[in-house]
Amino acid sequence: MAVVSSANSTVMNNVEAVRATLYEAMKNDERTVILGEDVGARGNVFLITKDFIGEFGERRVIDTPIAEASIVGIAVGMAMEGLRPIAEIQFADFIYPSFNQIVGEAAKIRYRSNGEYTCPLVIRTPYGGGVRGALSHSVSIEALFYHVPGLKIVAPSFPDDVKGLLNAAIDDPDPVLFLEHKKTYRLIKGEVPDGHYTIPLGKANVRKAGTQLTVVSYGLYLHWALEAAQRLQEENLSVEVIDLRSIRPMDKTAILNSLEKTRKLLIVHEDNKFGGIGAEISAMVAEEALFLLDAPIRRLCGPDVPSMGYALPLEEEFMSSPAEMADAMRAMVKF
Amino acid sequence: MAIKPEAQSKVPLERHGLTNEQLVAIFRTMLMQRTLENRGFQLNRQGKIPFASASEGHEAVQAGAAMAFERGKDILVPYYRDLGLALGIGLTPYEVLLSLFARAADHSAGRQFPHHYASRRLGLHTISSIIAAQLPHAVGAAFALQYRGEAGRAVLTTFGDGATSEGEWHESVNFAAVHKLPVVFLCENNEWAISTPLSKQMGQPDVFRRAEGYGVPGAAVDGMDPIACYAAVGAAMQRARSGGGPTLVEAKCYRFLSHTTDDDDRTYRSPDEVQARRKDDPVPCFERLLVEHAVLSVEQVEALKRSVLEETNDATDRAEAMAYPDAADLYEKVYAEGWEPWTVQRAQ
Amino acid sequence: MATTDLRTGSLERHGLSDEQLRDMFRNMLLQRQLDNRGFQLNRQGKVPFALGSEGHEALQAGAAMAFNRGRDILAPYYRDLGLCLGIGLSPFEILLSIFARAEDHNGGRQFPNHYSSKAAGLMSFSSILAAHLPHAVGAAFSLAYRGETGRAVLATCGDGTTSEGEWHESMNFAAVHKLPFVMLVENNEWAISTPLEKQMAQPEIWKRAAGYGMPGRRFNGFDPIETYAAVNEAMDRARAGEGPTLVEGTCYRYLAHSTDDNDLTYRTREVVQERRKDDPVPAFETVLLERGIMSPEDVTAMRKDVLRETNEATDAAEALPYPEAADLYKHVYEGAWEPWQS
Repeated sequence: MAVVSSANSTVMNNVEAVRATLYEAMKNDERTVILGEDVGARGNVFLITKDFIGEFGERRVIDTPIAEASIVGIAVGMAMEGLRPIAEIQFADFIYPSFNQIVGEAAKIRYRSNGEYTCPLVIRTPYGGGVRGALSHSVSIEALFYHVPGLKIVAPSFPDDVKGLLNAAIDDPDPVLFLEHKKTYRLIKGEVPDGHYTIPLGKANVRKAGTQLTVVSYGLYLHWALEAAQRLQEENLSVEVIDLRSIRPMDKTAILNSLEKTRKLLIVHEDNKFGGIGAEISAMVAEEALFLLDAPIRRLCGPDVPSMGYALPLEEEFMSSPAEMADAMRAMVKF
Repeated sequence: MAIKPEAQSKVPLERHGLTNEQLVAIFRTMLMQRTLENRGFQLNRQGKIPFASASEGHEAVQAGAAMAFERGKDILVPYYRDLGLALGIGLTPYEVLLSLFARAADHSAGRQFPHHYASRRLGLHTISSIIAAQLPHAVGAAFALQYRGEAGRAVLTTFGDGATSEGEWHESVNFAAVHKLPVVFLCENNEWAISTPLSKQMGQPDVFRRAEGYGVPGAAVDGMDPIACYAAVGAAMQRARSGGGPTLVEAKCYRFLSHTTDDDDRTYRSPDEVQARRKDDPVPCFERLLVEHAVLSVEQVEALKRSVLEETNDATDRAEAMAYPDAADLYEKVYAEGWEPWTVQRAQ
Repeated sequence: MATTDLRTGSLERHGLSDEQLRDMFRNMLLQRQLDNRGFQLNRQGKVPFALGSEGHEALQAGAAMAFNRGRDILAPYYRDLGLCLGIGLSPFEILLSIFARAEDHNGGRQFPNHYSSKAAGLMSFSSILAAHLPHAVGAAFSLAYRGETGRAVLATCGDGTTSEGEWHESMNFAAVHKLPFVMLVENNEWAISTPLEKQMAQPEIWKRAAGYGMPGRRFNGFDPIETYAAVNEAMDRARAGEGPTLVEGTCYRYLAHSTDDNDLTYRTREVVQERRKDDPVPAFETVLLERGIMSPEDVTAMRKDVLRETNEATDAAEALPYPEAADLYKHVYEGAWEPWQS
């Protein structure tokens, strides 16, 4: 539950929420530094850190050379020696050279040193499609990383969650991969409480209560799912929509509690279907709540092709729409 | 093998400011490195431990570099062949043996491969087996020192010739150069990366020649000469501590044994080549030097060797007697709290 | 410009004929015209994205002149419009990429400027900086492996890319194996907003060559003839089996990184304007006019023709269809796309 230190709130979009949160973190903790490509003078390609370098200086806002493996690796070293670095990978599609530093190093620092060394690191990166980003600016990466013990992953969809989870990630003593869906940056607006607060990792949020179907989602698709659920509401069909928010750790209780009510599960995610997050959720539910179910679990996910072509029909075919989601929901409610 | 005392050498010893006591300390570290390494191989042959790594040939560079390291101030980010360097900065034989035996009392609670030491107290970073992955960490650590304005402190990071081919080596040196960070990159060039000779690793054989391209000073040093290594690493560390930025130091040495107990170097190099290089073996060479210059007598050398053996035996016995980690330890220290990927709330 | 001496009247052309000089100039004009066309179409709302290469025209035309069509292989990056034109890609193919048409070499899947053409020897690449360099080295290896002398790989990248680990690994491997590989760095001083001094501690990239054990040199990338000389020498070495070379061409990036970048957020208009005095297109035009290699009428006619060609290509490409939705599933593998086997 969000702990709010002030009764006031501000309307902002997701990119503003990231920016505001980073700003406060930089102001409040001298150990915080931001590093990445074009984060300083340019202020980040989405202007998230615009003017930070003017206020906090080159020493704290570092324009790195083009070298993703070392952006993460150097941040690991900083974290091991008392700083609280926030490393940015400019687009999630660029993260692959850092794969070893994330899964082989950052995730294991505490474990392999038995706690003598720790790695309080945040890696932020914009992911996801629907922005004509083609094959190297649209990918979802959570499935590659959520598998890894020692790592934490969050993917908030709303600005208030962005702030609370980013604060929590920054405070977390372990490495956190903070995923920001780039299409939601300006598209999604909401009330964000003023003042400092955190939202615990591993806690999902029921964004719409319902009784006939549980829909689990995150990112851009969470918003499409809400839109679809709203359409069904107008048809007197009651769909519960859960915003996962946190991918590792993931909220088991929220999902199972919901299924106690609805008995049907639809998982919706933009990432490719095979081996995506939905697979783990399905397996968990099948193991622990099989006899609750009145219908097979369904997953509505990205097709199993490389994400996603530049030409508009290719992008549209890859992405699911609220209408498609509504169709899937309807079918399940009526099953 | 008893060493005949040579006639007193007429050539004065270039000690670069080192006292006799320090020279003996260097020698003792070299002896301890060799003895402990042999112990590891011995234990492996006896079936007591599954694995040990070799560092014969590296004794001079590691003991010399360790003497240039300021305990309590500097940070060491080594690689897995740095037994002597770890000893030289204060790791004890007991801690080394705990690592070999994978005991619960080991710094990693038995999780890590042998020779992947860590000690926060000594400033000795935890590492993985991934070559060059530690170099960005060293650079980040140096950044933290510079960031907090901590003059008088520097990071010493080490790696072999093979590591210099890694992209992360390149990225690390470049970043350190751009930011003039207090870090010394020490290459222990022993000419072999498991079975890959230098000629297959690089298009020209001098690692230090890459320094100019990064805008960083670079120098080669005789890696079989501990005093020269002390001087070279010491100068570089001083430069780093006083804000002069990074240096690339290349110590030319040689790997006399196979890579580890899981390697058989006869499959890829000739015993004759190795034998020919034994004439440069730094341990007997330094011993001769110390006796020649009357820093130690032959008897004192023998006593030293006995003391090192005793200490090794004592450490072996103590470490062997310790317990393995419990099965339940598997789940410790994944995160600050808990290990479960699924969060489960208390009863609603 | 280094290769001309207006006082004595000698032009060092390094063996290039008048026709070749005119061809290079046309390539430069076409590059700039097509560049502008992309931005124009973006402003008209017809295409979502465009990426410029103004400042690189001489470098790319000169390098293309050193490339042997049908024999050499090109491994470019996304700012190499002129180089790709110069090795034989047509404006039509360029516009197909900009419009993401089905007939595009990549079926409309790739970002604009990510050309590929097996026929032209143009290797497919992504937006990921330096990722194409190990590929280029592998291609060079395959040439050497099959004993195909007389063929070489020309790989290009910007200054920023030289910081990538994969740049280092590629250079090192090419050197160890003495591969027929030429690394052409187009140093335009900016990596999006990162200036050279934040990218590296010493600004002369060619100096890294010695560390790898290969020759390196630097040349004026605003001079197409000097470029041709440098790249050709390196390519000849490679083709003769003498191993790789690092050549660094200095130029400047006049525009922002792409239509999604605003360079005023990190550099001033004045600083860019200052560098316009070296603009290679008007500079080479002057050289050709002064030498009598082209007359002012020739130049005018050439510009008109370039515009005509661009317009025809634009119209032709625009009229073609997008790929179909079903095309999404093609070419994931050789066979079916489904991960579950029935």
